[in-house]
Amino acid sequence: MLTEAAIGPGRIITARATGEPALVRAVLIGAALVFLGLFLFVPLAVVFAQALDKGIAAYFNSFREPAALAAVRLTLLTAAVAVPFNLVFGIAAAWVIGKFDFIGKSFLMTLIDLPFSVSPVVSGLIYVLVFGMQGWLGPWLADHDIKIIFAVPGIILTTMFVTFPFVARELIPLMQAQGSEEEEAAVTLGAGGWQTFFRVTLPNVKWGLLYGVILCNARAMGEFGAVSVVSGHIRGLTNTLPLHVEILYNEYQYVAAFAAASLLALLALVTLAVKGVIEWKAARETPIRRTRSREGDA
Amino acid sequence: MPLIVKRRSILPGFGPALGFTLLYLSFIVLIPLSAAFFKTAALGWEGFWRTATEPRVMASYRLTFGAAFAGAAINAVFGFLVAWVLVRYTFPGKRLVDALVDLPFALPTAVAGIALTTVYSSRGWFGAPLDAIGIKAAYSPLGVVIALTFIGLPFVVRTVQPVLEDLESEVEEAAASLGASRPQTFARVIFPVVLPALLTGFALAFARAIGEYGSVIFISGNMPMRTEITPLLIVTKLEQYDYAGATAIAVVMLVVSFVLLLVINALQWWSGKNYVVR
Repeated sequence: MLTEAAIGPGRIITARATGEPALVRAVLIGAALVFLGLFLFVPLAVVFAQALDKGIAAYFNSFREPAALAAVRLTLLTAAVAVPFNLVFGIAAAWVIGKFDFIGKSFLMTLIDLPFSVSPVVSGLIYVLVFGMQGWLGPWLADHDIKIIFAVPGIILTTMFVTFPFVARELIPLMQAQGSEEEEAAVTLGAGGWQTFFRVTLPNVKWGLLYGVILCNARAMGEFGAVSVVSGHIRGLTNTLPLHVEILYNEYQYVAAFAAASLLALLALVTLAVKGVIEWKAARETPIRRTRSREGDA
Repeated sequence: MPLIVKRRSILPGFGPALGFTLLYLSFIVLIPLSAAFFKTAALGWEGFWRTATEPRVMASYRLTFGAAFAGAAINAVFGFLVAWVLVRYTFPGKRLVDALVDLPFALPTAVAGIALTTVYSSRGWFGAPLDAIGIKAAYSPLGVVIALTFIGLPFVVRTVQPVLEDLESEVEEAAASLGASRPQTFARVIFPVVLPALLTGFALAFARAIGEYGSVIFISGNMPMRTEITPLLIVTKLEQYDYAGATAIAVVMLVVSFVLLLVINALQWWSGKNYVVR
């Protein structure tokens, strides 16, 4: 028989046994926040502090420069091409891997993840080896007057490589977990392939899809190392926003450099905010999905 | 690699979707990657070995792998602490802190690089006090460690966090009721369960750190033999039109990355297995 008196002290023992004293808790929380402050919060704050160092007017003036505008335009163009390609690829790959059984499936998944384990610099280098003057297609491209390396197409191609797995790796586990019963039912009832995809599959994976696109876009706009190798750094022509930041910084134009950097930092913060909203929405619709998207980060 | 459908499916689109997947994968990833290996093969084994083991290259390996290891180790300790605090305790602003942990994934590396350099240079907010006690943070190997710690920060937190969340309190209660002290419960009950995830996070942070370029080149100072990381050396060789040399070093990095990928897959399999048993 459990009386209330018996439950009371028992609870206290439990709390003491599976928790820490208040002092220990405070020290641990403090240590964690100091660590995050040193490596995360303060560096983030510095971006905005430096950008506004000479006042609001100087901050906005730095965006009036034609080179800055050209960099913003090229960054937007790069993302506008690379993200849709990787989106279509991600859907096709997830459809194949999530809805069908075939030999070599896990090998294919490993291959899709490959770009994540390649150094950004090496990602740029391999495109130089294919399309550069010394590369496989270099002489042929030169004969036909097509420029890829040190030009916009090279920037877009390396960005596609670097952001290649983002959408696929969000969608694959989602589509695998959902199985194919619903789609099979739709097909049995006479729905066509595209109809099944748009009416059954897509609504089921929409949050994961959006999540993948958001991450893909953030990386496409922010990639530095790979793009730096193939860009050639031609001012106003082949500089993306991150490369523009580097040039300004190396020229000691700190306000302008940090002003451009603050745009990219804002993009990162918006990405995190949207990610939070998506996780919250997805968790509300299906409680299981939240933990899965967590694992997808790592 | 034969790709055969094992079980007949009534769903359409397998052929076209697989065809597009393989075509796109080949053109964007596999063919360009193979170029690095073909280019190196043309160099011959002796030429490859000579280039890949030059003293300046060896110094860059030592710095890159050493700093990546140090950064991943710092993250293993503090990432575990952050995950623990986020799962177990409540404090004001916790949700915001939780969201910001992913910042290094989202923030472009060049931005991280110039921000960290500003903070840790001898006139910066943290650099100045460190300088006063004789520690040079930016433009030294320590600066490389700082940048690589930033880059790897989310990995350990995000691998350990779900495991801690799913840890059942009954197990800890049982340990306590059997007379275990709190440190004993932590060391003998909690830690062994978290260990595979912790190692996975460590390996992911390490793998990411060895290839990192953007955040490091600003803070490191890039002095040959002292603060020059391997990816920068590849860029330097490219700028001197030494394509063969750059590619030889790139192949070394690729091989290391692929080995790490296998290790990480094995670790994830191990932690997944542990996870199912629980």
